[in-house]
Amino acid sequence: MAHQNVADPRAAGAVRERRIARPRDSWIVRTFDNPVVLSFLFMLPAATLLLVFLTYPLGLGIWLGFTDTRIGRAGVFIGLENYQSLFRDSMFWLAVSNTVLYTVIATIGKFALGLWLALLLNNHLPAKALIRSIILVPWIVPTVLSALAFWWIYDPQFSIISWALTEMGLIDQYIDFLGTPNNARASLIAANIWRGIPFVAICLLAGLQTISPSLYEAAALDGASAWQRFRHVTLPMLMPILAVVMTFSILFTFTDFQLIYAITRGGPAGTTHLMATLAFQRAIPGGQLGEGAAIAVAMIPFLVFATLFSYFALARRKWQHGGSDD
Amino acid sequence: MNKFTRRDTLKMGVGAGALAGAGLLGYRPAFGEVMAADVPAPKFAVEKGAELRVLRPAKFVQGDETQFLANTEKFTKETGVKVRVDNESWEDLRPKTAVAANIGSGPDVVLAWNDDPHQYPDKLIDLTEVAEYLGKKYGGWYPIAERYGKGSDGKWIAMPIGASGGAIVYRKSWVNEAGYDAIPTDIDNFLTLAKNLKKNNHPMGFALGNAQGDGNTWTHWLVWSHGGALVDEDNKVIIDSPETIAALEYGKQLVDQFIPGTLSWLDPSNNKAFLAGEISLTSNGISVYYSAKNSSDPAIKAMAEDIHHARFPIGPVGQPTEAGLLVNTMVFKHTKYPNAAKEYLRFIFEKEQYAPWQTASIGYWSHPLAAYAGNPIWTEDPKHAAYSEVMKNMLWYGYRGSLGYASAATLADFIINNMVAQVCSGRATPKEAAAEAQRRAERYYRT
Repeated sequence: MAHQNVADPRAAGAVRERRIARPRDSWIVRTFDNPVVLSFLFMLPAATLLLVFLTYPLGLGIWLGFTDTRIGRAGVFIGLENYQSLFRDSMFWLAVSNTVLYTVIATIGKFALGLWLALLLNNHLPAKALIRSIILVPWIVPTVLSALAFWWIYDPQFSIISWALTEMGLIDQYIDFLGTPNNARASLIAANIWRGIPFVAICLLAGLQTISPSLYEAAALDGASAWQRFRHVTLPMLMPILAVVMTFSILFTFTDFQLIYAITRGGPAGTTHLMATLAFQRAIPGGQLGEGAAIAVAMIPFLVFATLFSYFALARRKWQHGGSDD
Repeated sequence: MNKFTRRDTLKMGVGAGALAGAGLLGYRPAFGEVMAADVPAPKFAVEKGAELRVLRPAKFVQGDETQFLANTEKFTKETGVKVRVDNESWEDLRPKTAVAANIGSGPDVVLAWNDDPHQYPDKLIDLTEVAEYLGKKYGGWYPIAERYGKGSDGKWIAMPIGASGGAIVYRKSWVNEAGYDAIPTDIDNFLTLAKNLKKNNHPMGFALGNAQGDGNTWTHWLVWSHGGALVDEDNKVIIDSPETIAALEYGKQLVDQFIPGTLSWLDPSNNKAFLAGEISLTSNGISVYYSAKNSSDPAIKAMAEDIHHARFPIGPVGQPTEAGLLVNTMVFKHTKYPNAAKEYLRFIFEKEQYAPWQTASIGYWSHPLAAYAGNPIWTEDPKHAAYSEVMKNMLWYGYRGSLGYASAATLADFIINNMVAQVCSGRATPKEAAAEAQRRAERYYRT
């Protein structure tokens, strides 16, 4: 066999002699023969795309945050002035607290309901495929359309919710969904949960379907209750996908813009501004590109934290293969 | 205040003189007619194969869009220049324009809000020749139009095409029930009227959300009517003042009489609420009346009879202090066809196009050129009259200072609007809200 011949020192010597005897390869062939160069070249298109569409805008955004650039006028470097101004800006801090509140509550809501839905869909249901397709509707409808629908649903004078509750005799005056800060925040969180549930549910359903039924059978034989099966079989097996989905969900929710912009535009009186909407408001309509960029950059630590969370949660995966949890 | 300087008066005189001269030279001006002086039009050599993209705010009254497009089509027929008109929602018009200005690409001609052109004057082509021609031909530009149209060097960077006034729109029968024959002209009685209307279960409601038109017009009136202003004549920020505090205290009392939900209202909200019979009085353009008058629903059509308009009451400052939503036409330097763009603007301002457009909008857009006061649209229905002199009466956003980047940015950031909304929502005291507005405005005005 060939590999045995190569293993033979004499045969190897013969191969070397043949190589020497061959005409010398051109530099192009030699270059492409080099695995380091070749792998770099294969990676180059993707890396270029990342540089152009991710790294460059990110770098530019960070740079803008240190300048006083505004619409139509190049700025000059002003160091930390934008950040110092934001530090004293109550609207900025309101947007930060709104963003954290919005992300935490909406993510918890999406996970609780998404997991519940996934467990339901994992059962033997009639017309399962159809139901799964319907479940996806909130996710696939363009955000701005669902936002417009919610805008009508929450309308102070024409809300279908208020109308229905009034007709049922449960309330005697229409609910001011978007006219008070807390109502507006709660309404936006509800809209975000509604929109995000399908993503969580479908991802978790995919995870649930990878769990071997034999694990449940073994647990049942050991006398485990439904809750114990969920706690000790389903949840641990689902944890890796849960970590990934939660990270994505946090990122999507934290950077949400469309729902807020279409429904309240940050109102009433700026009390529903998230960091993303405030960054846009200051940068584009307000013309303060530097300050808007600074607000956007201020989101990075939160997003890095979410990504690190995902990384470490995924690292715990090795326990499944017999490794320790640490 | 809304004082005309000696220079402004002289300019108006020149415009009027031009019209009078035109009359002597054989024009036959008549009541209810747009009079035009005989002025030769500038000659712009339209570029071969020119095409234009025009961005404008979406319609609030159907006639506005229909006639605008018809005028554009007429221009294409006459010149061969293809024109694509994009209608953008009110809130999205400014961001789109700003992006076009910043990246140097996109629409050639924009119908932009208020003093947006002053955010990027060096990105715009000089329209002085067209503006001066139109001014001479149509009785002169109103001073407010010159203020909005000219850059700091005195050249025209934009030409206001019209302004939608935020007049008082009310149901006469309900106002009568509340004990008033007409809208009071002083703010104390206006507050009493608000209380009575609420008592009668016919509350009023003005937009307090980030509404481009209706939110800004009435909140600025509120501050100005009490003598407050964002800046002084030297552009020094003075919003945190006793006058502003007084305005906010009055505003809180007024808003307490509103229908619930106004804090979230955007521009279409009060139209909907009014036509649904939920409110008796609001601040709006003529669009509510237009919708009622043209409605296919007999009940709403009947409501048109009861709808009346009035000017805003006068506050402690003792003079009218109304605001208006102005639309400025401008041409970006990045256009490949500057002559075609200038010719297009000249064309749509000419009376053959402008007067029918104003008529089709039933006066939704009040004119910037004095001669268009003769358009019969203002006299054919007495209910149009309150809007006929919007551009003659309105103050400018950024009042008492000069227009520029800072005035445009503070308006775009809804500083006054949010200050009023913060107090009215109970989120801040008048003192706190005024201080916050001062800090935000200073950030814009520091440059």
